[in-house]
Amino acid sequence: MFDSLINEHFLSILIFLPAIGAAMVTLMPSKLQGAMRIVALIVTSINFLLSLPLYFNFDGGTAAFQFDENYFWIPAIGAGYHVGVDGLSLLMVLLTTFLTPLVILSSWTEIRRNLKGYLISMLLLETGMVGVFCALDLLLFYVFWEAMLIPMYFIIGVWGGARRIYATIKFFIYTMAGSLLMLVAILFIYFSNGGTTFDLLAIREQIFPIQQQLWLFAAFGLSFAIKVPMFPFHTWLPDAHVEAPTAGSVILAGVLLKMGTYGFLRFCLPLFPNAAREFAPLICILSLIGIIYGAWVAMVQPDIKKLVAYSSVSHLGFVMLGIFTFTIQGVQGGLLQMVNHGLSTGALFLLVGMIYERRHTRLIADFGGLARQVPVFTTFFMIITLSSIGLPGLNGFVGEFLVLLGTFLTNKLYAAIAATGVIFAAVYMLWMFERVMFGKLENEENQKLRDLTAREVTVLVPVVIFVVLIGVWANPFLKKMETSVDHLLRSVQQRAAVAEQREQSRPRANFSAPPIEGAP
Amino acid sequence: MNVTTNDFFLIAPPLILALLGFAILLLGLIFPRLYRESLATLVLIGLAAALFFSLQNWGTSSALFNGMVVSDKFSSGFQIIFVIGAALTVLLSINELEKQYLYYSEYFAIILFATVGMMLMAAGSHLLTVFLGLETLSISLYILAGFRRDNEFALESSFKYFLLGAFASGFLLYGIALVYGATGSADLRALAESIRSGSVFDNPLLMAGLVLLLIGFGFKIAIVPFHMWAPDVYQGAPTPVAAFMATGSKAAGFAALLRVLIAANVFADVRWQQALWVLAAVTMTLGNIIALRQENLKRLLAYSSIAHAGYILVGVIAANEQGHSSVLFYLLSYTFMNIGAFGVISMLSDNSREALLLNDYRGLAQRRPLVALAMAVFMFSLAGIPPTAGFVAKFFVFGAAVKAGYLWLVIIGVLNSLLSLYYYLGVVVNMYMHEPGDEPAPSAALPAVALALCIAAFAILYLGVFPTRELETFQDLAASMK
Repeated sequence: MFDSLINEHFLSILIFLPAIGAAMVTLMPSKLQGAMRIVALIVTSINFLLSLPLYFNFDGGTAAFQFDENYFWIPAIGAGYHVGVDGLSLLMVLLTTFLTPLVILSSWTEIRRNLKGYLISMLLLETGMVGVFCALDLLLFYVFWEAMLIPMYFIIGVWGGARRIYATIKFFIYTMAGSLLMLVAILFIYFSNGGTTFDLLAIREQIFPIQQQLWLFAAFGLSFAIKVPMFPFHTWLPDAHVEAPTAGSVILAGVLLKMGTYGFLRFCLPLFPNAAREFAPLICILSLIGIIYGAWVAMVQPDIKKLVAYSSVSHLGFVMLGIFTFTIQGVQGGLLQMVNHGLSTGALFLLVGMIYERRHTRLIADFGGLARQVPVFTTFFMIITLSSIGLPGLNGFVGEFLVLLGTFLTNKLYAAIAATGVIFAAVYMLWMFERVMFGKLENEENQKLRDLTAREVTVLVPVVIFVVLIGVWANPFLKKMETSVDHLLRSVQQRAAVAEQREQSRPRANFSAPPIEGAP
Repeated sequence: MNVTTNDFFLIAPPLILALLGFAILLLGLIFPRLYRESLATLVLIGLAAALFFSLQNWGTSSALFNGMVVSDKFSSGFQIIFVIGAALTVLLSINELEKQYLYYSEYFAIILFATVGMMLMAAGSHLLTVFLGLETLSISLYILAGFRRDNEFALESSFKYFLLGAFASGFLLYGIALVYGATGSADLRALAESIRSGSVFDNPLLMAGLVLLLIGFGFKIAIVPFHMWAPDVYQGAPTPVAAFMATGSKAAGFAALLRVLIAANVFADVRWQQALWVLAAVTMTLGNIIALRQENLKRLLAYSSIAHAGYILVGVIAANEQGHSSVLFYLLSYTFMNIGAFGVISMLSDNSREALLLNDYRGLAQRRPLVALAMAVFMFSLAGIPPTAGFVAKFFVFGAAVKAGYLWLVIIGVLNSLLSLYYYLGVVVNMYMHEPGDEPAPSAALPAVALALCIAAFAILYLGVFPTRELETFQDLAASMK
């Protein structure tokens, strides 16, 4: 009986187990700090272990949603609790469940003030994140997408750095600005579909007129573009990343940014295929600007954390570029790069947090010659740096290579520009590495620096394992997503053709005010 | 037609409350030292009885007292909202009266009379009944607003409310007179009948009458440009009374407005749509923009309540079943979240100083974690962030408007939500992200307030996650309005 319960509600358990953990932590007395940490760690670890069968039992041969659960939620308006995973979301769910216990372990000594609230926020955040990646109902997705902001808002605002309040309000308002327009678009879709369902699978059947698609894509796309963040909408990111506590930065970079790119794949491409094609050149150019701009700005940052933050803008540019090549290599590379960025940038933030906890500075100028003093730290930093710049044999290479390949197939100029981004990445990362690790150990405070503790090594080793594993043997991961990606691209093509056909057969009337069926 | 016992049975909720109000006045005279909780308990029992009868009467639809009053799902639905609002207000009041040395039995009686007025407004099928209800409500609120007799803000509050309220009543009465002149009846069904026959729609007299009615109700629901009184009145009134005004009185205004607009079928006329469209957009925007600059929490909530009137008006404009049911859902949710927010102010205030400035909330999360958590729930709900009732309410209202084709109004609405987010988050920032100042901690509050806050917070989360039952009830109600 227990077996069937788990099998039938697999995703629900993954989504709500952390929330149950949060409830447990809530009920514990605030003085039992150690016990609360352990409960949170155990709950999130169990969640990770539970999510492993998701990977192994996932059938990569079909593009259908698996581990499907579909219940009524608000039947009066046709909103359902519909969750499921396919090749696009599988790795995102796993990345989330993988990173959460690690960040809780990483903040073992960093967070002391109001620990209870912190752990509750983290656990609820995981519920929200897994929920976003699993939701197959537009309203459910929106609720998870928004609700997740609240714990993140507290994590940055309460446990963050000096300018945390500015950063967290900026983060919240930027994200809301996009999502509220998405809400209007969701309502529009709902009523143009007869006002009966929010279910993605039902809405996917519908093909919107091209003019409507453009507006809807813009509304959804703005929301996702802010989250990614794409070039002109990125200004919240450096603030939020720098001010957030380490765990917050890791989750932000590792998971939250991926929600933007995931949103494009899950909603924008399949629902609005023609608009996606129309917007593709713009998005590609913005991505290229992001790649180069992010890299250049990262290069001149005196603060390591800020450098890593800007590098995210650059890396996510690659992901967006890959997705909007509409080639199987590009999209697969983009998806893999989403995982890779989560691992390597997440790990970079972890490493920066570890050194910050010791020295209370993140300025590159304050360091130098650390390699001799903290060799273990340096080794990990080296591996992650190399992974981040895409050294063959490590994970970053596979993703970037696929993205560049996909781009090359569609536009050689784009590929050439993006490739320079790879070079710049190597420059800013290696230059930073050199200034921090090599040279003379001059600063006296650095001479007292302790190397990594066993706990910190425990946090980093799993990440490094995956960094190497994906680097040398990415095939199993790619296989899991291949069918879904292929299906996605095919349906984009077919549906775009259908919409165009309909457009041509229709008399060219004015499309200015699309009427909604069922409106009085 | 004549009056039957059934009429009295169907109007039981306001009847019970009115009788109880008189009983309390007498009790206060006879037993001046009556213990405060026993009076409050009595009021709560009376409200529970009223709630019981409202639920009993659910589904009936009949005209009572020669067509002056109706008992239908609409009136029962609003009665439930008023009873909830009044009960939460009473729970808050026990503490407030104690702390402010305002303990008079009349207070509870007047709260009950105000509730009766609200119920009559929602149940009135004749404009004169609506007017009587409005006057009963208004006069009760004039007294309540000035209940802190030794406080100059309270006097200003009461006087201002009285003056503007008198104007509003004047407008309303004038409007009723014009409508009567134009159609020969002030009965809403007769009005609907004569409008349906079509001949009078371009009658300038009727139009002028309806506009004046709109202005009269506009004062009560505090839409721009009839909103000026709200901040000053809320600031001076005892906090629970301000909460009651912002929720119950607003809901009653919307009830009457909806009845009249539906009866007059004004949405058949595009000019009305446009006028209300502009009113809603201006109300939302102005309320939110001014709220951004407020340092005083009561004034902030006053401007936010103006903005919320704008959102609710969007649901009214949608003028479809979704719109009407969403207005009720919104008012129900708003009752919980707004009374909750005022309740926190009341809880943290005492006679020497009220916790009005945003600075007073610095570090509240460290001093009173549960109160801060409740306030955070209220703020997120007011801002309309899931998983709270505020989100669901906004979602339904905006959804109805999208369905009716008011896409731009909805876009203005969501952008306004974004604006409002800034000041609601500001409260949370003060509570959670600043260290506490060195003000003395407020004296302990009575458990009744804590109970009210708990009820409100749980209701908000419940309605935010499982809104189905209430929504279906209200949809059923809206369907019966045709």
